Amino acid sequence: MVKVTVDGIPVEVPAGSSALQACEAAGKEIPRFCYHERLSVAGNCRMCLVEVSGGRKPVASCGFPIGDGMQIFTDTEVVRRARRAVMEFLLINHPLDCPICDQGGECDLQDQAFGYGADQSRYRENKRAVTDKYLGPLVKTVMTRCIQCTRCIRFSTEIAGVPELGGISRGENLEITNYVEKALTSELSGNLIDICPVGALTSQPYAFTARSWELKRTDSIDVCDAVGTNIVMHARGAAVLRIVPRINDEVNEEWLSDKGRFVVDGFRRRRLDRPWVRVDGKLQPASWQDAFATIATRLKSVPGERIGAIAGDMCDAESMMALKDLMETLGSGNIDCRQDGAKYDTSRRDFYTFNSGITGIEDADALLIVGSIPRQEAPVLNARIRKRFLAAGRGGFPIAMIGAPNADPTYAAEVLGAGPDTLVELADGRLPFADVLKNAKRPMIIVGHGALTRPDGQAIAKACWDLAAQVGAIAPDWHGFNVLHTAASRVAGLDLGLVPAPKGHDVAGMLDGGVDVLWLLGADEFATDRIGPKTFVIYQGHHGDAGAARADVILPGTLYAEKPGTYTNTEGRVQEAFRAIMPPGDAREDWRILRAFSEVVGRKLPYDTIEALRQRMMRASPAFGAAWARCGTSDTAGPQAGMVAMSGGPFHPVIADYYLTHAVCRASPTMETCSGIYVHPANQAAE
Amino acid sequence: MLQDKDRIFTNLYGQNDWTLAGARARGDWDGTADILARGRDAIINEMKASGLRGRGGAGFPTGVKWSFMPKKNDGRPHYLVINGDESEPGTCKDREILRHDPHKLVESALIASFAMGAHAAYIYIRGEFYNEAMHLQHAIDEAYAAGLIGKNACGSGWDFDFYIHRGAGAYICGEETALLESLEGKKGQPRMKPPFPAAMGLYGCPTTVNNVESIAVSATILRRGAAWFSGLGRPNNAGTKLMAISGHVNTPCVFEEELGVPMKELIEKHGGGVRGGWDNLLAVIPGGCSVPMLPRDVCDTVLMDYDSLRAEGSGLGTGCMIVMDKSTDIIAAIARFSKFFKHESCGQCTPCREGTGWMMRIMDRMVQGRAEIEEIDMLEQVTRQVEGHTICALGDAAAWPIQGLIRRFRPVMEERIHAYKAAHGGTRPAQVPAGLVEAAE
Repeated sequence: MVKVTVDGIPVEVPAGSSALQACEAAGKEIPRFCYHERLSVAGNCRMCLVEVSGGRKPVASCGFPIGDGMQIFTDTEVVRRARRAVMEFLLINHPLDCPICDQGGECDLQDQAFGYGADQSRYRENKRAVTDKYLGPLVKTVMTRCIQCTRCIRFSTEIAGVPELGGISRGENLEITNYVEKALTSELSGNLIDICPVGALTSQPYAFTARSWELKRTDSIDVCDAVGTNIVMHARGAAVLRIVPRINDEVNEEWLSDKGRFVVDGFRRRRLDRPWVRVDGKLQPASWQDAFATIATRLKSVPGERIGAIAGDMCDAESMMALKDLMETLGSGNIDCRQDGAKYDTSRRDFYTFNSGITGIEDADALLIVGSIPRQEAPVLNARIRKRFLAAGRGGFPIAMIGAPNADPTYAAEVLGAGPDTLVELADGRLPFADVLKNAKRPMIIVGHGALTRPDGQAIAKACWDLAAQVGAIAPDWHGFNVLHTAASRVAGLDLGLVPAPKGHDVAGMLDGGVDVLWLLGADEFATDRIGPKTFVIYQGHHGDAGAARADVILPGTLYAEKPGTYTNTEGRVQEAFRAIMPPGDAREDWRILRAFSEVVGRKLPYDTIEALRQRMMRASPAFGAAWARCGTSDTAGPQAGMVAMSGGPFHPVIADYYLTHAVCRASPTMETCSGIYVHPANQAAE
Repeated sequence: MLQDKDRIFTNLYGQNDWTLAGARARGDWDGTADILARGRDAIINEMKASGLRGRGGAGFPTGVKWSFMPKKNDGRPHYLVINGDESEPGTCKDREILRHDPHKLVESALIASFAMGAHAAYIYIRGEFYNEAMHLQHAIDEAYAAGLIGKNACGSGWDFDFYIHRGAGAYICGEETALLESLEGKKGQPRMKPPFPAAMGLYGCPTTVNNVESIAVSATILRRGAAWFSGLGRPNNAGTKLMAISGHVNTPCVFEEELGVPMKELIEKHGGGVRGGWDNLLAVIPGGCSVPMLPRDVCDTVLMDYDSLRAEGSGLGTGCMIVMDKSTDIIAAIARFSKFFKHESCGQCTPCREGTGWMMRIMDRMVQGRAEIEEIDMLEQVTRQVEGHTICALGDAAAWPIQGLIRRFRPVMEERIHAYKAAHGGTRPAQVPAGLVEAAE
């Protein structure tokens, strides 16, 4: 620790801190534009100038290293004058079009001009105008507003790992551009909108939609992937207008994937807002009573073991608990939350969670990725891998992959092979990377669903576990076995036991004629065409997608924005989301639908409030009552290897089209556009 | 006045052979191994004792700068980088060294590199200096062939390699950290300091960046002794320096002279006097275009050295004088500089990026007088707002000539404004573009 004084206030800050950090520790506000905690220091905006004892000139506090006994002055005439000067320079060529700027109300330039600027301009010359740039369908540019802070350049280069932005020309003519005018190839490009301190980079789909002060903010959790990104829903009236990330250093830092951010315009399209019942082969609008009565009538003639239920990928834990309880009271053991057919040994929680933790990536010193493409399956987690990769320096964080990525992973990764054979070679020590893992202090293995959804998924998981144990990745203080999920509901589903009872059918079994009545809770991501023609299908969910199309009865459920819910991310971290808006039409919270139906069939579920339901969840799995913490284990006995022996054949990517992975994004025009531009550029060109 | 025996650059005008044979005849490469045998500390102490100050403009003591290099090697290589990006308007002294005395530079680079523990030196030569780079390359090739540099340079046991890198014409690449960025293959934009290059320079390794002249004189200093060099010039302004005179003089030239000689004497002796006589002198910018100008009455008495010029509110800069006689439109002259700095600002940091353009536009109006009297004060304030707030010194360099103009020639500016108002009517708004006004007349 180093002792410094800021305006006479003594503070102690860690050695190597900048003067700006010392000022913040002393509670002094330092205005800044180019400085951002998570990016490298540029020092170019000059707004953070302070005076330092012994210095002739004011210094940029963001990049000035402190020394012991240094005195920093943040409120002298020199500093005030410097800030006013910089503010004036920033504004002379800024268009001052705040009334028509989407950043208005949440603009750093606006706020700081208010705090540190002059009340009128002395600039009488013509202002600069800059041509706008095309950065793709998500980020809108108004480059005349740009103050050349280069945050976007540093973000795309350092965090997103796509060095596609840069500055051309010099002096006044410096322009931020990608030069070739093609869409940014990053799944994190939406963060540029947050990172831009002015209105130069704003959200294209949200353009001219609302002013920031009109919006009601509700904390929520992103369910487009299994990272559990903390988000804030910005709503006005009955509609969520945009989603922005919320800072959580343990999970997402302050980033959000493009899907999680821009899926929002799918919230109001293709919604199921009333119950429907199939009459004579055609779906007819119905009342809740009719819909329930239809189901109850059908259930009467069916024994419990011929009823089945599948929970989808975006379900909250509450609705899954209620579904499981309902199935149990109906006498059914046919329940599954694994639409993709993934196989896990659920006897121990660390067999199916991301045990190192997302922050653990920063402590790891070698990484093996098996059957996963984190860049698409979990872009925010991928950014953490890149962060570790950059921090470790050249060769400091060796990464290897089994199963070739279909896109640049944004870090140097050695592709060892395509399938399980390579895993065997690695376990036998026949590949050099085996020694890398062995010599690492905290090696990490990530197993993805490219491996786990295969018939031999459990055998692969077992092989990965054994490899981890063999290289010392499973220890009392470090757990290097990680399952990277792609479904937000999966870990909670497994925790709550949404897997078939001993004699029950899994998804494949149910589709192969194991059931006569099938209850789909938001389940669209499986082969719905394989459901038998005689099977009576109840679809409870929010979007009219594959499941609803096949349904005999549709029960309108709610989106994650419309209900309070609990979500468990891939780490096993339990997080709570709140209701941002009310559901449309007759749609109801999912657990309430299940609870209401249970009463219709005379098997009332024992909870009337969400609190009581959550108590029930805690009894079902202690994970729901406990705070998450990283922990190792000394028990290296691995998971069951399953019935199917490991076979050859390459791992296949689990995500074919990043932008269209679930019902909500398939309803989103923005995601549709992105898919056209990024995933199917040939089709786009043909149109 | 400098005597011939004390001249360092004895082939400044290229009358003699610039190749190795000629250089040897003039005393270069004589006993280089003996100089190296004195050891690092002895060489640096000798350089400190000589009082040599950096010849690039800032005037930082060269020996002290060398001593900043880490004494112990932490595994990273050390580098010497020589700044040959001579782009300052009115300045062409390093060019003469490069083309007429390249061996002085090569030999001194070897000694300097040895003194700072560097096995490699890079010289960043201004891209337009094509022939100069060719001469230097020839000299380097000769030195390699003669075993003077390369493995076991001069038989001293020290390995030394010397590389030329040619720039692409950006003025800002003459700023030492921008030069390093450019040398690394990046966009030439200055870095934040600290860390200074001596701690983290080229490729993150300890680096010293020196001007061509600062390096080129060091072999001679070490050969003839610090006492000889410090005996020339004035206290704290020791030695000889290459200077130049351009502009309204009868014989513009580059010459070597002691520091501390009166400016008037230099202009009379080397420049052949001001065009039309000394009384026709309007002002002199003493070192390139980045320092404030001096009016005639100061030029009468001022001495050409670091401290004397600083005392007059200017600076020695590169030591290359721009002389302007009374036929000069002094406002237009400074406006031209403003245009230069606006064009050469790298655009990285706010005050310089925005300020240079603003200053240029006001200056353009000042040339016509199309401004308000108060705007002179505003212009002065704008220069103060740029000065000292930027990452590198280009902001200061852009501000100082204008400050010099306002300090010394404010009445001329006011007169221009009054004249314009008289000709066009006093109420005309100042922001009407000049073209429109002329078209209307």
